[in-house]
Amino acid sequence: MLALAPFAGIGHFLGQEFTRNAALAGGAIAVAAGMVGYFLVVRAQVFTGDALGHAAFTGALAALAAGLDVHVGLFAGTILVALLLGALGPRGRADDVVIGSVFAWLLGLGVLFLSLYTTSSSTGDSRAGITVLFGSIFGLSGHATVLAVLTCLGVVLVLTGIARPLLFASFDEAVASARGIPVRALGTALLVLVAVTAAEAAPAVGALQLLGLLTGPAATALLLTRRPFRALALSGAVALVEVWLGLALAYAAPSLPPTFAIMAVIVAGYGAARVANRAGRRAEV
Amino acid sequence: MLGTLPGPLALASPHLSWNVVADVRDMFRYPFMVNAFRAGTAVAVLSAVVGWFMVLRRQAFVGHTLAIVGFPGAAAAAWLGAPPALGYFAACLLCALVIAALSGRGAGGDDRGEPAIIGLAQAAALATGYLFISLYHGNLEGTNALLFGSFLGVTTGQVVALTVVAVVCVAAVATIGRPLMFASIDPGTALARGIPVGALSVGFLLLLGAAAAGASQITGSLLVFALLVLPPATARRFTLRPGLGIVLAVALGLTVTWVGLTLAYYTTYPIGFWVTSLAFGLYVVVHAVHAVAHRGRHRPLPEVAP
Repeated sequence: MLALAPFAGIGHFLGQEFTRNAALAGGAIAVAAGMVGYFLVVRAQVFTGDALGHAAFTGALAALAAGLDVHVGLFAGTILVALLLGALGPRGRADDVVIGSVFAWLLGLGVLFLSLYTTSSSTGDSRAGITVLFGSIFGLSGHATVLAVLTCLGVVLVLTGIARPLLFASFDEAVASARGIPVRALGTALLVLVAVTAAEAAPAVGALQLLGLLTGPAATALLLTRRPFRALALSGAVALVEVWLGLALAYAAPSLPPTFAIMAVIVAGYGAARVANRAGRRAEV
Repeated sequence: MLGTLPGPLALASPHLSWNVVADVRDMFRYPFMVNAFRAGTAVAVLSAVVGWFMVLRRQAFVGHTLAIVGFPGAAAAAWLGAPPALGYFAACLLCALVIAALSGRGAGGDDRGEPAIIGLAQAAALATGYLFISLYHGNLEGTNALLFGSFLGVTTGQVVALTVVAVVCVAAVATIGRPLMFASIDPGTALARGIPVGALSVGFLLLLGAAAAGASQITGSLLVFALLVLPPATARRFTLRPGLGIVLAVALGLTVTWVGLTLAYYTTYPIGFWVTSLAFGLYVVVHAVHAVAHRGRHRPLPEVAP
């Protein structure tokens, strides 16, 4: 029915509070994740982003097990791990074995908190772990939406502010360092921004699929343009469009989990960009 | 597959005494614990052997992705009514081939996007797994078991299958071990000497897929890393010699698995927590001791060309 009347469908979609919240929060998270994700991809720090998603899972469940607000655990968990990974590696970049080791244990801790939460407290809900892992974007409250929008706005503003030196430091670390750019501090600042984004994104798109939102749009943008600032902006824009399309798809087909719909759109977008990129290269030759 | 279900444990009401022999005998009265130990042993050996090469080749991210891909495989198997082991192996081996094909084509070109592709594949795999779970309308304890592992309800058939896979894979590693080692450390020279570097790399990805699929059945898709990366990474702190290092990694993996299973049996906390915490604890302690012992004379691990 919705497919037959797209405009009525959009009106219907925006007419309800839970879908409006999902569109607002999801859009804000998408822009922030797309932009920080661009830096993760060009700096080859995708694995670090993965670890921060896992930290969000453990943090959220630790807060639940301790009876605290989930957001406290999310932010504390991700920012602590970001600072730890920044401190462990040389020049703010940790070795992949170190990252793997840290996050294997983080997940193990998450399982412990999950079992503590589900077995000890009477309010414990065995769905809690699944919700944090896979997200529930249609379950966001108005309060959570406002928080998500404001946080992501902050992330985008700070990132835009440090974008120029950070790009320099990412593409030519040695020269940037010689020019007096604080390479290490910038690297850590980026990880903290990723951490904040991960903490906001985990309850919405899920701690596990967060990685797709961080890397998919960025990889797509890198296929479409070579110019750094354009790619940065494009990555945010692609993420925004893909999340909204995914939400619309999930709304039109309720048997699809929203996160799956979003991931499917991201994968399709990447595939399309790859085809366009190849066609463009052939045209050049 | 059951989750952290109290059923058989509640009947057994296990508690540790100071008599270790009696405790172990008490634990082994239950066939499900015997099976768990057999399966855990096979998986620990396989993961340590393959994981040692994975750490050497710096393919930890690929290993993690292969492990994650097992989750949609097992979820699809549950949805279709097939045994989960089949789903794990099919998905992991298929993904190994896909990664091999994609990275082979991208060779020489722009490889900066490659980790991004792996990351995207991983997230997409997890989302697909969740789709199968929601189609299956399965119980959520089952989902937790797929993600975080379960040592209850390991069947004898599963033990046999895991043992066969472990024996075949370890034999394969033993056969290709020497050229693989050469190709991992210095691919350029190896290629010049006529060693089939590309074929070895595909073969190793398949072995990694098999190891990840096997380990997933005990530790769950998300915690495979505890057995795949931590014991070899710890072993590499002691020795860089391949034979000794692999033996040490196997010993560490077995210790972690056996002690983890015992602790999970005697406490209410899940197996995934114990195995990861023990493995990580060993890793941290060994690194800390090494750092203190070698303070002043810095001796970095030899770099391996990516």
